[in-house]
Amino acid sequence: RGLVVVAFDRSPEVYLDIMLRHGLDSNALSRCVRILDCYSDPLGWKQNIRSEQHQEDSGTPCSTNKDTITIFRSVKDVDKLSCSIIDLGRGFEGEGKTYFSVAVDSISSMLRHASVQSISGLLSNLRSHDQISSIFWLMHSDLHETKFSRAFECLSTMVACVEPEVVDSVYGEERRGDMSFLEHNYSKAKFHVRLKRRNGRVKHLYEELCVEGYDVKFISATSVSIEVNQSLLPKVQFNLELSEKERSDRANVVLPFEHQGKGEPIRIYDGRRSLPEAHQDPNLTTAALLDETEALKSANPKGEIHYLRDSDDERPDSDEDPDDDLDI
Amino acid sequence: VCCLRHATPAPRDRFASVDTHAHSPLRSMRLRTYVTYFLQLEAEMEEYGAGDLLSEAMCAGARVVVVEDCVEAPAAFVLHLLLKRALAAGGGGGGGAALLALAQPFSHYDRVLRKMGCNLSMHRKSERLHFFDLQGFPGGTQGGAIADSLAQLYSAVQRVVETCRAGENAGRFTVMIDDVSLLEVAANGSADDVLDFLHYCVTLTSEMNCSLVVLIHEDIYSSEDGVGLLAHLRYIADLVIKAAPLSTGLATDVHGQLSVVNKGMLIEQRPAKGQKVWSFHFKVKENGADFFYPGSRH
Repeated sequence: RGLVVVAFDRSPEVYLDIMLRHGLDSNALSRCVRILDCYSDPLGWKQNIRSEQHQEDSGTPCSTNKDTITIFRSVKDVDKLSCSIIDLGRGFEGEGKTYFSVAVDSISSMLRHASVQSISGLLSNLRSHDQISSIFWLMHSDLHETKFSRAFECLSTMVACVEPEVVDSVYGEERRGDMSFLEHNYSKAKFHVRLKRRNGRVKHLYEELCVEGYDVKFISATSVSIEVNQSLLPKVQFNLELSEKERSDRANVVLPFEHQGKGEPIRIYDGRRSLPEAHQDPNLTTAALLDETEALKSANPKGEIHYLRDSDDERPDSDEDPDDDLDI
Repeated sequence: VCCLRHATPAPRDRFASVDTHAHSPLRSMRLRTYVTYFLQLEAEMEEYGAGDLLSEAMCAGARVVVVEDCVEAPAAFVLHLLLKRALAAGGGGGGGAALLALAQPFSHYDRVLRKMGCNLSMHRKSERLHFFDLQGFPGGTQGGAIADSLAQLYSAVQRVVETCRAGENAGRFTVMIDDVSLLEVAANGSADDVLDFLHYCVTLTSEMNCSLVVLIHEDIYSSEDGVGLLAHLRYIADLVIKAAPLSTGLATDVHGQLSVVNKGMLIEQRPAKGQKVWSFHFKVKENGADFFYPGSRH
């Protein structure tokens, strides 16, 4: 297993530094991480300068990471980029088939150099490659038109959005220049995940994100998710929810196949009037009444039904799909 | 000195307040000697950029600084201040700056900084300041050649930074662009080419102990349909200094408000207090600028 980081926005050392700080040792790093450096010289300007000055190509600035970091100088050529990513991925050692993941930081920078179609094509190619297990990328949604963001969201099986806690629409034009609300936004944010299941169902998860120094903490905001679930019910003029009393009554209802009788004779309704009603009817002749009583006595239970209820607390509209674990 | 600074307003006002509150001549004389001592100390600190709110908010490690301004509150004075500090670079040996000037000729900066106590001509002669006169940039080339002109400009800047680093100067070098909006105009509106150029300048900051300071006019982009240069720059920046007018309008004592957002990507850039957003008022003077919290001015 390995990770290929396609780095556009930050120097490769930054990623290595982050991984080291999070406990990965340098041996594991050199074994499992490869960085395609599209940050240092994306358009080849520096190489041109060196060739003009007839200098030797010094390669990566940091010599200790030569194996881990590979410089890429033609970001406008999407096909070449795709090949380089796959080549780096194939270079991971391992027995049998080694799968690797690809991380792109960031798609927004890639979009400055190539069209949406070519980058979507790149992602689709990577996705269908048999050695790539997962791809994740970062996109700054406010740098692009909504339709481009949506195009990339459609490609993905999971979309995680980091949204500001405090939105400045409150201030609007009145307090222009006052950015003090940002102080809160730099350490806390809302984290919203949209998962697309294979059967087409979409699951939403809400959490709160908290940044302290180098650590990022996720606090699950269960209260928020309940509100969302309730709001997913259609707004109609009758109540689709159950009140507490209704819920307890429902729990007390004895289902037809769940018992074998309370000691009273079992009356299976066959379309005729029930016996007590027949007694009260003055028009009924004795003969007909006798008939009904006899029919009742001879109705012996010939078969038995044993009914075991699946689960008690399964709400009818819950998100859990029992067919989820089917691997079709 | 720091306690004194926070407790009372700027030097000049402090001096004035001593006079008005003193009850006896002897006491006022004694107070005046103390105050003079502290004034001198503060003046020295200011020269090395360690004294005021702006330097406190900025902290030394900021690599990419984006200064935003608008017509009602121009922030060229911030650039002048930062340039002065880059050339002063106290602590013995080091420093140096490259100024890519599209907005004004050299004589303008020379005049302004001379009043602030910094001799640009001298620095230029001694090669501590490298001045790029880009008022005529790109000079006749059009179309796809814009990218080439920008590549050549970058090449010149990189050479300057390398030679400065190769010399005895091991201090922080500053590349300053005044301003990016004009650069976009010079590039015939091609924001992508300008962003490529800026990206390469940003790589200089991580590879060669260099800072990048750019000025951009925020009000040009506020009504744009597409996403402009401004949004991209805000993402690239480690530090955003935004100048805006007061919501109450014009005033003689306060020229506007300054917001400093310290995004601090790397740990050494985080200010000691952990505060990321600073907001204070400023007043532009002939020899610099005053920064103070709202309401602490007489």
